[in-house]
Amino acid sequence: MYHATDQRDQELGTLCRTMRVELIELLHQIQTGHPGGSLSCCEILTTLYFDCMNVRPEQPDWDDRDRFVLSKGHAAPMLYLTLAHRGFFPMEWLPTLRQYGSRLQGHPCAHKTPGIDCSTGPLGLGLSAALGMALAGRLNGQDYTTWVLLGDGEIQEGGVWEAAMSARKFNPGRLVAILDHNGVQLDGTNAEVMPIDRIAERWQAFGWEVFPCDGHSIPELRETLARAKASDSPALVIAGTVKGKGVSFMEGQSAWHGKPVSKEDCHRALQELGVDHNAG
Amino acid sequence: MPDKVSIRDVYGAALKKLGEQEERVVVLEADVGGSTKSAVFGKAFPDRYFNVGIAELNMAAMAAGFAYAGKIPFVNTFSVFLTTRASDPISSMIAYDHLNVKLCGAYSGLSDAYDGASHHGIFDLAYVRSLPGMTVLSVCDPVETEKAVFAAAEIEGPVYLRLSRAEAPKLYPENMVFTPGKGILLREGADVSILATGLMVHHALEAANRLQAEGISARVVDLHTIQPVDRELVLESAEKTGCVVTAEEHSIRGGLGSAVAEVLAQGRPTIQEFVGLDSYTESGAYGTLLSAYHLDAQTIAEKARIAVQRKKP
Repeated sequence: MYHATDQRDQELGTLCRTMRVELIELLHQIQTGHPGGSLSCCEILTTLYFDCMNVRPEQPDWDDRDRFVLSKGHAAPMLYLTLAHRGFFPMEWLPTLRQYGSRLQGHPCAHKTPGIDCSTGPLGLGLSAALGMALAGRLNGQDYTTWVLLGDGEIQEGGVWEAAMSARKFNPGRLVAILDHNGVQLDGTNAEVMPIDRIAERWQAFGWEVFPCDGHSIPELRETLARAKASDSPALVIAGTVKGKGVSFMEGQSAWHGKPVSKEDCHRALQELGVDHNAG
Repeated sequence: MPDKVSIRDVYGAALKKLGEQEERVVVLEADVGGSTKSAVFGKAFPDRYFNVGIAELNMAAMAAGFAYAGKIPFVNTFSVFLTTRASDPISSMIAYDHLNVKLCGAYSGLSDAYDGASHHGIFDLAYVRSLPGMTVLSVCDPVETEKAVFAAAEIEGPVYLRLSRAEAPKLYPENMVFTPGKGILLREGADVSILATGLMVHHALEAANRLQAEGISARVVDLHTIQPVDRELVLESAEKTGCVVTAEEHSIRGGLGSAVAEVLAQGRPTIQEFVGLDSYTESGAYGTLLSAYHLDAQTIAEKARIAVQRKKP
């Protein structure tokens, strides 16, 4: 059987591969930035911006747009790639990432970059801000959805649980948190640094509805995000992912949280991603 | 002595009045609404009132979210907790993106007297004054308090409004003009300028009376805006009197005294004496604490005499 959605999935899968290649090339070129956590949320951001979110790239401040908060702000490179491909700003901006004078800051900056709805960087604040946005939308009688992407290490921050409690109390509707659950943070695995086991039960105990899914499967993400959006409770999608996904020697390695990509590593990574670095 | 009025009662009433006029105002509170009087707004507008419980960081970051979506959030808790527990989103979101958030620091200075050092708000100005684009207001009487609430809502961008738990006599007529960034000359004088903020303004006026009896003519200024401080008025005062005393219910480091010293150092190096705190504090009756920590008319007058003396060759 061949469906229109199958073709869409193939297109978006190809886009993800392209963005992985561009990410590796970009981070190699600028010799700074976070590869691991960017690669793990590639399909999540792609599904959001290309299939789920109601946005107008030509009018980034459109009042009725869906909001997105990248609470794990260090994944900014993948968000910038996604926004550029979606048409929020020219691809030519990308090589300026993290350089002085750029509109693409090391962590998301709402007053410099079209399409960034909230400045982030210090971890543990994004869910609170997203809740404020969702409540404002409800007060205004607007119909937008507020999406927020959390890192799994990030939920060690106490503020996340303050926000989780408040979301249950004020229950704005149309608030979906997505957990990029790759199991690895800067200093090691979650288990080594600070265990966050039984995540679903923790959030359920805080009154959230929890939706597990494969965070690298676009069809599964699309279907799960839609169900989460329809929930009457605050909704958490636990997206099972792999840190460094797509590049074998980066996968699951905390060392690749924020390591510069050398020439040799870039070459190996691109070969794995099916690009002949020496061609052209 | 004129009747004293509760600053926080005036604040609560002003917030409610503002809520009637401005639909975009939402109010956030961290379980001290009965103390800050934000609950007065909450009773009138339950749909626009968000008591987040004892979670100041979440409160400030939620306020950022409201502001990103076009609301005008007023954020309430004690000044000490607002500027410590919630300092992260205040810096990384609210000030960084110049969001339209109004941070209302209640119980500032020593006004939560009996609760002791943990509840005294004496370092708040140093923090908020370091944030680019943050307007910092500090009011001294009921009329100024109400005007400041409305002025804060008018300002496009982040504002810190410093409030006291204490009662204060009415100093200003109802028709006074409150302009953020413009200090108020309360009394002309030739020998020394006393630049005060918050409730210390009343002590400054009393000190000026005492000094007059000894033949020292003191100029008194209410610097209700600490950022941006009224540079012109500070320089004019220094020019006219040749020495200044700053008076504040705050650490002598980082608050009004520092703001004035920065202006003078660049514009007109001038003899300056500081009235403020230089230590941690203890529990006690408010009046007792003000005397114990030298935040009173007697100390201001003493520092004024020293400043005048220092002018002599």
